[in-house]
Amino acid sequence: MTAALEGTTPYRAPRAAPASFLKSEEAKGYTLIAPPFLYALALLGLPIVVVIAHSFWSQTYLTVDTTLTLDNYRQALFEPIYQDLLLRSLFISLTVSVTTVCLAYPVAYFISFHGGRHKGLWLFVITIPFWTSYLLRVMSWKVILGYSGVLNSALMGLGITDEPSSALLYNSTAVLITLTHAWVAFAILPIFVSLEKVDRTLIEAATDLGDGPVRSFLRVTLPLSLPGVIAALLIVMIPTVGDYVTPKMVGGTDGVMIANAIQAQFGRAMNKPLGAALSVTTMLAVTAMAFVSVMSLRALVRAFR
Amino acid sequence: MPERTMIQIDDVTKSYGDFHALDHATLTIKEGEFFSLLGPSGCGKTTLLRMIAGLDQPTSGSISIDGQPMDGIPANARPTNMVFQSYAIFPHLKVGENVAYGLKRLKLGAVEEKRRVTEALEMVSLAGLDNRGATELSGGQRQRVALARALVMRPKVLLLDEPLSALDKKLREQMQVELRRLQQAVGITFILVTHDQYEALAMSDRIAVMFGGRIAQIASPKEIYQRPVNRQVADFLGGMNFVKAEIVEENGQSITVDTQGFGRVKTERPPAFAPAGRSATLGIRPERLRVRWDDATAKHEVKGTVIERHYFGEITHLLVEIPGMEKPLSVTETNDFGADDLPLGATIRLGYDPDALVAMAE
Repeated sequence: MTAALEGTTPYRAPRAAPASFLKSEEAKGYTLIAPPFLYALALLGLPIVVVIAHSFWSQTYLTVDTTLTLDNYRQALFEPIYQDLLLRSLFISLTVSVTTVCLAYPVAYFISFHGGRHKGLWLFVITIPFWTSYLLRVMSWKVILGYSGVLNSALMGLGITDEPSSALLYNSTAVLITLTHAWVAFAILPIFVSLEKVDRTLIEAATDLGDGPVRSFLRVTLPLSLPGVIAALLIVMIPTVGDYVTPKMVGGTDGVMIANAIQAQFGRAMNKPLGAALSVTTMLAVTAMAFVSVMSLRALVRAFR
Repeated sequence: MPERTMIQIDDVTKSYGDFHALDHATLTIKEGEFFSLLGPSGCGKTTLLRMIAGLDQPTSGSISIDGQPMDGIPANARPTNMVFQSYAIFPHLKVGENVAYGLKRLKLGAVEEKRRVTEALEMVSLAGLDNRGATELSGGQRQRVALARALVMRPKVLLLDEPLSALDKKLREQMQVELRRLQQAVGITFILVTHDQYEALAMSDRIAVMFGGRIAQIASPKEIYQRPVNRQVADFLGGMNFVKAEIVEENGQSITVDTQGFGRVKTERPPAFAPAGRSATLGIRPERLRVRWDDATAKHEVKGTVIERHYFGEITHLLVEIPGMEKPLSVTETNDFGADDLPLGATIRLGYDPDALVAMAE
């Protein structure tokens, strides 16, 4: 009875609440994240707002007309050139991310399960390519894949081909190879971390319950390392869609991607609203693709149970 | 109990470089037996269990299960299942899926699989928890899921690696009783690894006590407790008063000794007894010394002075100094006659059964 009575007239400590909030753990937490949060808001949130706003405006010669219009989106979605570029970008990014994850997984698995005392050394070795600039690494692929490049010389030297092939460089395959090489280390790390967290006793338990090495991998190790695989997939997929340096340097006309078109709209073509609409479309498309990829990956792994 | 051999461990050694985790172990476990491997950490008991499971390979020697030699047979093809110390519950699967894990491969069909999972969960009193997430379970429940997951496979041998060590005392004691009951209901051979002597004594048909990779004694709980072969075993199985003695007479069956404090005693000669010259060691458990409250002089008694008293609720531990003995005797007495009120310095008489004094190797 007394409890109910007290409930009707809740006790409040006068003026104590604001002071206790400032001293609370929550307040401390907000204070701690405030600098990076404000930084992110200023340099990520605001530009996105600006881009979204632009995408609904239109360009009238040197000035931007702020009357709202969907014309940019009509162009971005229905002009065949932009459709082609977007689909190609999505295809390249999906292929690169899947290939990268497939190449990175065995490496991460090896380091985690067979790295022994040298795990640190292996991880260090993997970071060595990052000691040179990204541009130089892309350039080196030009040297390897070029008309008189390393690969062609080797193929001719071995007598496999008679004349150098020009099919190696300046196409989307060259973009695929270069991007995969550039991103593989970023994929190894998250997969390695999630493999490290897999309790080895669980694999023993699976073996004890009758699973051979392949089945226990598919039913225990793979599902438990899935967060790392998903992280790796997204880390590669999302930035590669918007990459414009690599296609510009090794892609030729066949390897042009949507980001090159966006760059052109913001630059020479002087049509910021269209560029913005293309950017927003690409963002939405890659979000959808990432979502579908993650869902299908989950479903695939679930099927092994 | 049928006397068929289920597991034959023959001269098995496991070495890591110069270190022998298991040193020439030989033992036989019968079908339907509840067998415990008891010893301190690092004694090789888990190594032996893992080699039976096939998770580790012996350096030399052989293991056979139900008459089948296990050399080269991988863990997934052995008729054993294991309850791991950490339980190893698959965190990404629900309780029912965890239990069904090993059944999936057998392709029993959904109905039969479901029936066996339900049966196994009922057996461990977890009926109806099929759809609970593996991470939403308490320690005791996880332990039961691990047990159900192994039992559902109907193994010939169930291996338990310290299954109760992570549970609190009350739950542990309850699970000891349940495990024993379960073992008798299913009739499967259980091999339990434990460092808890009370657990081993309470649950096992037979116990192998191990130290430093060697098996010191294999016997029934009562035999192990009452007639330990050496001081190490005696010490590990609870308190023991060691009494120095000199051998007066010795034959195949018995020895007669002159003891410090207890006078001349004739006792059974243990099989592994190897006297060092004329001297020997006898042991008597603290609870086999009883404080005599009456005035009648018993035939077998020693007189001494209480020098320490420790109260443990239902019992009291006393340290009693006996003239002529190097060390004071440790005595465990129930509190119903007032042992908890004995003043320090009091002179008391301790009665004992001469059969409780056992000879043992050093």
